[in-house]
Amino acid sequence: MRFLLVEDNAELADSVVQRLGLDGHAVDHAATLSDAEAHLEVADYDLILLDVMLPDGDGRDFLARSRDRINTPVIVLTARSQISDRVGALDQGADDYITKPFDFSELEARCRAVLRRRGGLARNEITLGAAVFEPNAGTLRHGDAVMELRNREIRLLEVFARNPGHILSKSQLMDRLFSHDEDVTENAIEVYVGRLRRKLDGVGVRIETVRGAGYRMSL
Amino acid sequence: MSVQPGWPIARKLTLFLAAIVALLALVSWGMVTSFAREAAGRTQDNILAASATSIAETLRSEGGQVRLELPYAAFSMLGAISEDRVFYRVAAGDDVLTGYADLDGPNVTPGEPSFATLPYRDMNVRAVSVMRVILADGEAVPITVTLAQTRGGVQGIAAGLSRQAAYLSVAVFLLAVGMSAFAVRASLRPLNTMAQHVSTRGPSDLRPLRRRGPPELMPLVRALNRLMDRLEGSIKRSEDFIAEAAHRVRTPLAIVRTQAEIALHSVEEEAQKQTLRRVIRAVDDSSRSASQLLDHAMVSFRADDLARERVNLPALAEGVADALRPTAEMKDIDIALAMSPAEVEGDAILIQNALRNVLDNAIKYSPAETIVRISVGNGGGEARIAVSDEGPGFGEEPAAHLTERFKRGDKVEGVVGSGLGLTIAEEALSAHGGRLELGRNLEGGGACVSLILPAA
Repeated sequence: MRFLLVEDNAELADSVVQRLGLDGHAVDHAATLSDAEAHLEVADYDLILLDVMLPDGDGRDFLARSRDRINTPVIVLTARSQISDRVGALDQGADDYITKPFDFSELEARCRAVLRRRGGLARNEITLGAAVFEPNAGTLRHGDAVMELRNREIRLLEVFARNPGHILSKSQLMDRLFSHDEDVTENAIEVYVGRLRRKLDGVGVRIETVRGAGYRMSL
Repeated sequence: MSVQPGWPIARKLTLFLAAIVALLALVSWGMVTSFAREAAGRTQDNILAASATSIAETLRSEGGQVRLELPYAAFSMLGAISEDRVFYRVAAGDDVLTGYADLDGPNVTPGEPSFATLPYRDMNVRAVSVMRVILADGEAVPITVTLAQTRGGVQGIAAGLSRQAAYLSVAVFLLAVGMSAFAVRASLRPLNTMAQHVSTRGPSDLRPLRRRGPPELMPLVRALNRLMDRLEGSIKRSEDFIAEAAHRVRTPLAIVRTQAEIALHSVEEEAQKQTLRRVIRAVDDSSRSASQLLDHAMVSFRADDLARERVNLPALAEGVADALRPTAEMKDIDIALAMSPAEVEGDAILIQNALRNVLDNAIKYSPAETIVRISVGNGGGEARIAVSDEGPGFGEEPAAHLTERFKRGDKVEGVVGSGLGLTIAEEALSAHGGRLELGRNLEGGGACVSLILPAA
């Protein structure tokens, strides 16, 4: 996905750009509202991540001003308590909001939800042997059969599909799958891997256990 | 905040005016009574004097003898006043010529009648004496005519007049009190109108009062307007302060969290990863605490002066569910809604916040791939939003303890939370006259938290 991040704190902006980059997203950074306008004039974005407090004005005012010109979905990054801010932000045309500091898995989930709602989620097909995996739709097509995958199955399969032939450790997969406030044992990963193996049965793709190291998907 | 009311102005003024009117009525009644008594007495005196004089007129000397004819007219005149008894005595010096010998009149000088009120035969009589000098045998003989009458009639007339005056005074008193009560109410009306105008405003309506009023109220209006001005300023300042504080705290937290996530991707060693996970958890912990403290402050602030608007609960529940669905999806938790119409009156933001806290809890404590059910309904004068999950439930701890500030249930090992969530929900509900009910989810075995509000 291509993001425009409007955030005045340079350090935070840098790390968000870097972090989203790790997931394969392209991010442009604007430090002010006028900077953001300039970016929007020359480029198209899938999503705008908009901070509320900016040096040249309030992000929500910007939103109210430019809602009829800019059709890009907006997720507001707020530092305020939801109770006072959320209503205002959504009323003024934000598609969703997320409170700083945010979990990037949650941010991604919210981005997908917004794009799905707006019908702006690009088709993104990954061929896995005889099957086609669509992470954005959450489906795995194999011949005439279409399997619905659950959220965690999608995320797990996505990691494997993007790193074919690589050994992925259980702890790497756990960071990908579970939020950090959940207490789960490494056995939980085995459950999800087991499910994916069943769904990939007959597709010609295997998830192997590498003893003592983790898992590897081989095409 | 309640203020003990003092004496109402209206009652005070009315009582004050009534006391004045009562005093006036009493004085005028007393004056009328004394005038009546005096006038009746004077009338009696005049008639007595006229009768005595006409009796004296009939005195004449005949051959050295003093003769007297009692004129009937003299007595009939006295009878005109009332049925009082009449006594008379005609005497020359100490020799009684005719009449009641024991009737003793007032001392008298020739020419002028003299009056006295005297006791006579156990009665109170008004007596008059006139003296006439008759020549008998060339000798001047002073003759005293004394005439007395009991006072019953006179007193009757005076009492009658006094009674009339009393009735009139009471009537005037009642009329005056009624009119002053009306006048007091009419003059206090602008004050009441102003009070009503201020008290029916919403909590955030701090516009100055613009109504016209009597000049006496203008200092109050100006003082109120200044107060509202200051209040608006201080609310704005505290909101700005909270926003600024939140921004200052959360931005560094966001930087730390993001850097930790990036590091987690690049480090290989499990021990280092574990450290970074701990950092992230600590950041999440403090972030959640900050949110809940801010929410808590906001709830207390809004609950003090509660907005009253119609709130459609199914729509509200749907909005809250939509906002938290992405969070739930991370754990493959479904949020299922079962709605029937329900409306309450209150502050939508507070109710929304209460539900968000309860739903957030339910998602947090639910195992992956379960269902959190929200049902909205109406019954028995109460609207109810029930949130049930398939988590561990509340354990054995008494339900009342869970809503105390910073308390957490005994089954929450390893879940980030500061324990304010249910407290906030409880506070938001009780501000509306509602409550939080903690129970067991009978279907899935988890917890069931119900938000109960008086139905609109």
